[in-house]
This record gives sequence, C-alpha cells and structure tokens, in this order.
Amino acid sequence: MGRRVFLIGAVAPAAILVWLIVAISRPDAVVVERISWLPALGLDLEFRLDGLGTLMSVLIGGIGVLVFVYAWRYFGDREGLGRFSAFLVVFAASMFGIVVADNLLLLFIFWEATSVMSYLLIGFDDESAAARTGALQALLVTASGGLAMLGGIVLLAQSGGTFTLSDLLAEPPTTNLAMVGLALVLLGAFTKSAQFPFHFWLPGAMSAPTPVSAYLHSATMVKAGIYLVVRLAPVYAGLAMWWRPTLVTVGLLTMLVGGWRALAQYDLKLLLAQGTVSQLGFIMVLVGLGIPEATFAGVAMILAHAVFKAALFMVAGIVDHQAHSRDMRRLDGLAKVMPATFALAVIAVASMAGIPGLLGFVSKEAALESLVHDRLWLVSGGVVLGSVLTVAYGLRFLRGGFSTRPEGTVESPPAHEVTSPRFSFIVAPLALVVFTIVSGLAPGAADGLVGAAAGAVDSEASVYHLAAWHGLGLPLGLSLTAIVLGVVLWRRPLPRLRALTRRAPEATHVYTLTLTGVNRLADRVTSFLQGGSLPVYLGVIMAVTVAAPGVLLIRHWLPIGGLVPAESPVQAVTAALVVLAALATIQARRRLTAVLFLGAVGYGVAVLFVIQGAPDLALTQLLIETLVLTLFVLVLRVLPERFEVIQSRIRRFARIAISVGMGLFAGGFALMAATGRKAGPLAGEYLRRAEPEGGGSNVVNVILTDFRALDTLGEITVLAVVAMGVMALLVERRRPKAVEEPAHIEESEEA
Amino acid sequence: MIHRSFILETLIDLIVRTALVFSMFLLFSGHNAPGGGFVAGLVYAISLILKYVAGGRDEMSEIMPVGAETLLAMGLSLSLLTGLAGWLWGGAFLTSSYVETELPVLGMVKLSSTLPFDIGVFAIVVGMIAALISSFGESETPR
Repeated sequence: MGRRVFLIGAVAPAAILVWLIVAISRPDAVVVERISWLPALGLDLEFRLDGLGTLMSVLIGGIGVLVFVYAWRYFGDREGLGRFSAFLVVFAASMFGIVVADNLLLLFIFWEATSVMSYLLIGFDDESAAARTGALQALLVTASGGLAMLGGIVLLAQSGGTFTLSDLLAEPPTTNLAMVGLALVLLGAFTKSAQFPFHFWLPGAMSAPTPVSAYLHSATMVKAGIYLVVRLAPVYAGLAMWWRPTLVTVGLLTMLVGGWRALAQYDLKLLLAQGTVSQLGFIMVLVGLGIPEATFAGVAMILAHAVFKAALFMVAGIVDHQAHSRDMRRLDGLAKVMPATFALAVIAVASMAGIPGLLGFVSKEAALESLVHDRLWLVSGGVVLGSVLTVAYGLRFLRGGFSTRPEGTVESPPAHEVTSPRFSFIVAPLALVVFTIVSGLAPGAADGLVGAAAGAVDSEASVYHLAAWHGLGLPLGLSLTAIVLGVVLWRRPLPRLRALTRRAPEATHVYTLTLTGVNRLADRVTSFLQGGSLPVYLGVIMAVTVAAPGVLLIRHWLPIGGLVPAESPVQAVTAALVVLAALATIQARRRLTAVLFLGAVGYGVAVLFVIQGAPDLALTQLLIETLVLTLFVLVLRVLPERFEVIQSRIRRFARIAISVGMGLFAGGFALMAATGRKAGPLAGEYLRRAEPEGGGSNVVNVILTDFRALDTLGEITVLAVVAMGVMALLVERRRPKAVEEPAHIEESEEA
Repeated sequence: MIHRSFILETLIDLIVRTALVFSMFLLFSGHNAPGGGFVAGLVYAISLILKYVAGGRDEMSEIMPVGAETLLAMGLSLSLLTGLAGWLWGGAFLTSSYVETELPVLGMVKLSSTLPFDIGVFAIVVGMIAALISSFGESETPR
C-alpha cells in the first residue's frame, strides 16, 4: 500500500464535506443530534452544528482532503505510513467533534483527543530526539491547559446547572465560582491556541512532518482555543470586567512576540510557526473583544489564515522535499528552479501581508475597520505594529527560501541538483491559493460562511459583509502604512533592539526548569513513600483500613442476630479444615508451604460455596485459587525460600497488631454485612428482571454483562491496563540477553 | 537445562483438550447456566498454565495463536464495540438485545448481544494470564 494509503485516508475529511453539503442547505442552518450515552450520569452525546461549526468543519474537511493529497506526494515509501494516516483521520474526527459538540464534557473529550493525536503525529519520527521532545512539550502544555479547562467546565456547569453549551450560553452563570471556571477554561484555550506565555510549544512542534504542521498546527487544532473564545466572548465580554483587558493583552503580546521572533528565524518552518503564533494572537484580540463587528472580522481571519498559512507550510515542505533542506542559509536560487512553487509562495505571503485583491486583505480590512469604528486606538496601534512585523517576516520567508545568492555566501549547499516538484505535489497549495484569489476578488461564498459563523454566536454580527474593496479610508491607510513600514523593517531589521530582546527570559527555559523541578520533587516523594518494602506497603494499607473504616464499623455496629453454628455436618467439617489451614499458613516458615496452605483455605471456601448451592461462585473461586497458586509459584522462584525472621520486638509486635486488627475487621465486617441489614436485599429485584430484560436465566451473568455492564467494562479495562503494565515493566526479562543493545539508542535517550 | 517429561505432556495434552471444550461450553452457555466469559477465560487460562508447565513457552503458544497484547486489544475492542452497538437498536450505551431464531442442527437458539461482550471479557482474562506467564515465567524452553 505504501503512501497511497493517504488517498484512502482522504475519504474521511471528504466525507465531512459531503455530509455538510447533503445535510445543510444553507451555511447558517442548525442541526441538532442527541444520542443517549450514559443517561444515569446525565451524560449524553449532544451535537449541535451551527454557522460557526459549519465554517470550522469546512476548514477541517477541505484542508483535510488537501493535506492527505499533499502527504501522498510528501512522503517517500517508508514504514509506518498507515499508522500515520490513521492518526490523521482520528485527528480530523476529533477536531470535527470539538466544533459540533454541544456538551462541554464531550467537547473536552474531543479536545484531549486532538492533543493526543498531535503528540503522536509530532513524534512520528520517534528515533529523532527533537521530535520526541517537541511532542512531549506540546502534549504537556496543551494537556495541562486541558486539565485546567476540565476544572473550569465543572465549575461553570455547577453554577449554570447544565453541561450543555448552548443552554449555558443562553443563561450564563455569573457567580464568583463561574468566573473562576471561566478563567480556567480560558487557560485551556490559551494553551491550545499557543498564546503567550504558552506559545513556545508551537515552534517546538515543527519537528512534525510538514502535512501535520499545515493541518494541525496552522489550520485547525490551534484554532480550537480561538473557537471556544468565539463562542464565549459575545456572552462574557460584557459580563466579566476582566475579560476584555485579559484577552486583548494576551493576544497583542502574542502577536508581537511571535512576529518579532519570526524575523530572526533561519528555518522556513520555524519562521512560519512563529508567524502562526503571531496571527493566532491577532485573531485572539479580535474575537476576544466580543464586539459584533470584531467577532465577524476575527472569524474571517480564521478562514483567511487557515488558507494562506496551510499553503505556506505546504510550500515550505515542498522546498524541504526538493532541496533536502529548509535552512535559508543553504537554499539558493530556488525561484528559478521551481517558479510555480515560488509563485504560490508569493501569493500566499501577499495574502498574509494584506495586499489588495486577496482574502487576507479582505479580512484584515474588516478587522481594522472594526477597530477604527469602535475607536480602539491602542488596540489598532498594536495590530498595525503586528502587521508591520507580518509584512517583514513574509518578505524574509520569500527571500530566504527562493532568492539567488551571491557566489560563496551559501552554506554547505545541497550536493545534488534541485528539481522542480511534480504537479500533483503542488496541487494542494495551488487549490488553497486559488481560493485565496477568488475570495479576494469576489468574496461572496466566503462571506456567506463567515457571516453565518459570526451570526451564530452574535446575532448582531450577521449584518456585516466582506468586501473586496472597502474604499479609501483610515483602515486602508493603516494597511498601506503597515506594508510600507514592513518593507522598511525588512531592509533594516533593528539589530540593536534584536540584541536587547535576545537577553529576555524565554518561556522555554521556564518550561524546562518547571519540568526538572517537578521531576526532582517526584523523585523525592517517591523515594520517601515507596521504599520498596512490600511489608511496609501492606502494613500501611492494612493499618489505614483498620483505623478508618474499622472505627466506623465499631461506631455504627448493628446487633448481629440469627447465627447458627453450622447448617450441616459437612459444612462444619469443611469450616474447621479452613480454619486449620489458615492457622497452618501463619505457622509456616517456608514461603512455598504458606502458599500451599493458603491455597487450601481458598479451596475450602470453594467447597463451602458448593454446599450453599452457588456453583458459579464456587467455580470461579476454584479457578482463581488455582491460578493464584501457579502465579505464586512463578514469583516464588525469585524470592528467598524461607520467611525472614524478625529480630526486633517492636517490629514483630507491630506486625502482629496490624494483622490481628485486619483479621478482626474483615471478620466483623463480613458478619455485619451478612446479618445486620437495614434495607432489603437487591437479589429479588435482579432475579425478577433477569429473564425478561436481560434474556438470560443465569442472574450472575446477566448482572455482569447487562445490568452492571459498565462496571464490567471498567474492570476489564483495568485488567488489560494492568497486564500491559506488567509486560512493559518486565520486558527486560524477556529480551534475549545475547543481543547487544545498539549504542546509538542509548545516546538518543540521554538527549 | 530443564527436561521435558513424555508422560506428563501426554497426560496434560488429554486434560487440556477436555478443558478447552469445557471452556467453550462455559462461554456459550453462560447466560443461562453456570459459566460466562470470566469463568470460561479462567478455565482456558489454566489450560495455558498446564501447557506451560509441561513444555514451556512453545507448548503454550500452541493454544495461544496470537500474542497476549493482541488478545487484550481485541477483547477490549469487542466489548466496547458491543456496548456502542447499543445505539444501533436505539438504546443507550451498553443496552443489550436478543433474538431467538431457528438454526440448522442447533435448533432454537437465543442470540444475545451480551455474548460478544462476554467473549471480550473471556479474551481479556486469557490475555491477562498469558501476559503474566510470559512476564514472570522462564524464558528458557525445556528440552
């Protein structure tokens, strides 16, 4: 199959597009679907697709198809492409889930799924240390944000009385608790959308294969946080005093830091990544304001940015693929070698820089107009400054990637001759660029999508429209100023200021320090809590059991009644044997002897079950006893033959006290549970319902597989995880000793 | 060096054959008679152990055609998918359903959606024990 697997994978995002076309007549249609999941917990699969969801889904489906087609040409035939393609499909599904989920818990599940897929996709080259570090960094940052978000969701839902997003936004809770929840949710959104000071994971994620960067890290996943803010802002910007200042500050800082960093990059993809950080900050400012016109402009920027940035990443990947490098210092004269690719890059950069006639210009004009219209001069200034940086790093990208350099200034140029890419390789960015041009000149279709999306979250936003030409005015003046200043900045890149900012602390360092600090703390705690002595562990567990539930048992003791010594002679004899075997167990000096006597206790109990007429229970007990016995024997081979003789009196006394206490507790508990009933037993209810509802006459089995099936599912999941864990921990033993480890693996582990 | 015993192996072979049939019986009759996926899995797992005792890893793999990891994954997926299938007949997650049909040879058979769920449980139990044996057990094969 090889890389053609991507053409099959493309079916998944294509299905999203087809479904949208079939199911929706207009972009502002609303589709609601509700599937019962765990009604007992009030958790249902609630889906709701509105205009905003439609716009995002178009991006997920449309760019998804293009990314799959692109990946088909991007990869050589190598191992693991099927896995890679599967991850991409799961990602597309999860991302689609985020934008259609109407239940906050459901949204959270999809949200985390995209983080995990991002981790697996960034770390696809698992032999590269940079890829592993980048993947882990991205996961830790976004997942800890996700954790904060989960807390926030619970607080919001507690205050608002529902987990359903649309209901919550219809009647937004404004208690202090809800405000804390809202802030936590924002934290999740900031980490996901790479906002300052969490922006550093996005450049780190650039070790991912380029299709991943184009799809996850510019077009869709990093927009998830923004998506959430778009939904929340129109409601909460007016209700929470701190909302606007926070969002605008964070967004502007992100925009400037990203743009400034982008200007110093030599790696084409790193430049684009920093540029993406910058643009995400810009969009965050717009949608964070919660003003109808700015929301509209922000949503337009989501679309425009996804289109031109995905195209640029694809171009960077083509350069990397053809020239085997994406370091500007090593690239030379590519504009002549691959003119078509160069043309695509120029148009995409022009759209990013806001040159008239392209979608980027149309949406940036809308943004500036809304800011000017609302007289937000400080914000406008910041945005113009950010745009200056955008123009400058856009030019840096074009020149660094494609220009012809003077002889002798190219560092270690590629040894082989660089060839132009095949048409099928550039067809994906070509499609995006064509969309940019068409929507730039005739923004009708784009306007329909954007208008419906903005209208879905803020009904007042639906009156605005995208226009190819807004006429002469202050916004156009600001656009032109940004372009002119950008060219100037590109020619004279302010080396002194650069030297100054280089000394500023970097967020990456804070991350590294935190990580080593947490590791060190965990080491200390672990060595304190887990000394490695099994008797100590068991002692602690039992002592706690006796102390906590044991005391409760005594305090709430119910009178025990109806005890009979034995119901039959057989029962009495068996019970006596069990007791004898138990006594023999504690007298045993050898481990093996003790295990055998313990087995005898178990078999005796199984016989008691048979006498009571519980064949199912007896069978299970017998089998378990046999299994445990065998596994014990396997483990005993590595333990000393005899038990250690305890010399210290205190330790011996402590052990006896704990054991006796535990025995009394277990016995007392069993006695009271069996006789001291307050409520009627459940058995009758189960017996009555087993046959008609569960369709089975073995009540035990019906309970396990039907009435309490969720418990069983949880239990077998635990079993499977434990089994995997044991295998992973003991893998050392299974590895053949004769084969020496290759040395390079050891090294990369260190790095 | 561990030596194999011909008598032990033959005996265990006989027992295991019977035990495997018994295990299948428990698995499929479990909904209406004593048994079920868990117990059937235990019987199967004990057969694994007997095989392991007689001839080590190689012998064991005769009745364990796939690896423990695969079995665990398949079992969990099967149970989960059965749960999801509850949606197909309009119920909630894990809602069960059954049909009674006339099958050739077998006669009237009640097919319940809890059976695949139970088979998943069975696979998990077998996979778990296989994982434990192969982790704790001897890597050397007796001759």
